[in-house]
Amino acid sequence: MLGILRQITRIGTITEPLAASDQFKVMGKRLESVIRNHFAGSLTIRAVDAGSCNGCELEIHATNNAYYDIERFGIHFTASPRFADMLLVTGPVSVNMRKALEMTYNATSDPKLVVAMGDCAVNCGVFGRDNYAIAGAVSDIIPVDVVIHGCPPTPTDIIRGILAAAEMR
Amino acid sequence: MTQPINTWFVEHLGDCDIHSIWLNDHRPEHMPCLEIRRLDWAHAACEARRLGMRLVALWGAEAGCHDRDAHAMYAYMAFAHPEHRHTLLRTPLAAENPELPSISGHYIAACRMERHMQDMFGIHITDIPDPRPWIKHEHWPREAYPLRVDFDARPPLLAEAHGDYDYVRSGSEGVYEIPVGPVHAGIIEPGHFRFLAVGEHILNMEERLGYVHKGIERAMQSKSAEEGLKVASRISGDSTVAHAWAFAQACEYAGQIDVPRRASFIRAILCERERIANHIGDIGAVCNDAAFAFMLHQMHRLREDMARLHLELFGHRLLMNTLIPGGVLVDLGERAIGLLREQTLAIANEVEHLRAIYADHPSIQGRVIGSGMVPVEDAQDIGLLGYVGRASGHYPDERIEEAYAPYDELEVNVPQGKLGDVATRVWVRFEEIAESSRLISELLEKMPEGPIVANWLPPEPGVSGFAAIEGWRGEIAAWVRFGEGGQIDRCFVRDPSVINWLGLELAVREVPVPDFPLNNKSFNCSYSGNDL
Ligand code: SF4
Repeated sequence: MLGILRQITRIGTITEPLAASDQFKVMGKRLESVIRNHFAGSLTIRAVDAGSCNGCELEIHATNNAYYDIERFGIHFTASPRFADMLLVTGPVSVNMRKALEMTYNATSDPKLVVAMGDCAVNCGVFGRDNYAIAGAVSDIIPVDVVIHGCPPTPTDIIRGILAAAEMR
Repeated sequence: MTQPINTWFVEHLGDCDIHSIWLNDHRPEHMPCLEIRRLDWAHAACEARRLGMRLVALWGAEAGCHDRDAHAMYAYMAFAHPEHRHTLLRTPLAAENPELPSISGHYIAACRMERHMQDMFGIHITDIPDPRPWIKHEHWPREAYPLRVDFDARPPLLAEAHGDYDYVRSGSEGVYEIPVGPVHAGIIEPGHFRFLAVGEHILNMEERLGYVHKGIERAMQSKSAEEGLKVASRISGDSTVAHAWAFAQACEYAGQIDVPRRASFIRAILCERERIANHIGDIGAVCNDAAFAFMLHQMHRLREDMARLHLELFGHRLLMNTLIPGGVLVDLGERAIGLLREQTLAIANEVEHLRAIYADHPSIQGRVIGSGMVPVEDAQDIGLLGYVGRASGHYPDERIEEAYAPYDELEVNVPQGKLGDVATRVWVRFEEIAESSRLISELLEKMPEGPIVANWLPPEPGVSGFAAIEGWRGEIAAWVRFGEGGQIDRCFVRDPSVINWLGLELAVREVPVPDFPLNNKSFNCSYSGNDL
């Protein structure tokens, strides 16, 4: 136990203050206010891997690490689409995941915001549209509000994309 | 490559009257690829097993430019042995109604690969113990064989539901089923687990995968090596360096390109850094699944530090797009070498410090010790790879078996676990972080001067190459054959997860259901790498 406490005090707070970069400062402020005003202080996201290579998932995890600490804005990830305000979908939609994605979308409650994250989700990426195993980009299967480019997008890009979608509300 | 040609297996095959012909257009040249008769197929597998060989992979291919019978289909299998280099066997199949005997009786890990061949090529595997489709889910048209030349790969397959997947069931009283997935609770890849449980305990867990099948083998076809490498880097986003290396090395062997030594040193540094980053992330996640969130946050902090340095030095947080056929894209200057040395060391020290806290924490130890055991005999039977094998007394390591450059100059120490529980798998990962950090220091120290890329020239049509690389999950095997104009005409990749997934099914029998996540994380098999 003492070891844990010592480690915690030794490392201190490493979460990047919003003031660290102007961009992040503006984004963080906006994010906080939009979540406070439109989502009663908490925006809940269901991440769906619809065929990703897992690279995008690693970067979603990174938004939760102590540097970015996405939870400080009131954003958290949930297991059930029923509690979710937003779907964060990665990967080209594989033929084998199409139905699961549609079912998840149908189970999500309003406002059902959808963010297509990563080049694969946006345009099938390196796997290509001319592919028997790929049903299409995310927007070919369910309505998409915001896209985030990148392979994979950086944690900052992801947070920015989430903000853009939240502001559409 | 210093090892001699593996004539040992060939001689043994000859001794048991299995006639084989040497295929000359296969590379590397010191790794034999032998053609045998179809009627000897199962017999050859049986002999390989008797000789203590490990089944590396099993795959199919239609005839290439050099093959005598342009309409034939071929089945390939690759074997490994701790003291000899890999050997490949192949056999021709009839173009009409191709059939092949199953080797699952000798190698249990063959079964899913046989099912994959059955799905993708329509090769009928006679006496296969589990004939259910694997990648082809219920809505696929039955007669669609995506890897056959005459299959039109462009339009997505149309939905046409027929029947349900026939899961293992239990009729006994008190046994209940828990279906989980394909969309899992956490931020992880999709797949389906079907649990049969009694009370709190798992009686049986069955995996149903294939959800993230992206047609990678087909997408590789008619790509140049450069383009193919971009796809290979995304077979499994967490093993991008290892997959890119396996693919690139298979191409380079085929093209007989000598990669400059400096390039292979840089590749190894990237690959060892990838190993450290993933082990760090997984140790944190295992602890988090046992409600020890402190560890997750500490470990993810270190992982982020690594990602940031990767972005700065190599232009990508996960190290994608760092390899090219013939070498690497980015050289390391004095400053970069210093930063890498310093950070790797600092991270290894931090990890040791955290390891002491982990070891000293009874609440986490109580969860990991003795949970999800895979006994040594089972690990050997299945041929478990990487840290999963190493936790259970099975230690294949391509850095030693194949000793590809630069590991031919380095001594790699493989941690040797025996108990096969979650605690041992975590222990192996801690040990590997320390070893990789030592290797990185040595690589940085000994880094030779010189170019970082050799001129890439695609091989003649019909030539193929095979490589096995030790990624962080274990051995990745890649086989690439070239067609006209330097285009790939067939590419097969076997991610270690294809084999290690079987270990998870075995490990979680009798484990309480709430301990499944932590077992699953201690394996952390790839879905995308398995499904291709
Ligand atoms: S965008 Fe890139 S990282 Fe994300 S799933 Fe596609 S290939 Fe993987």
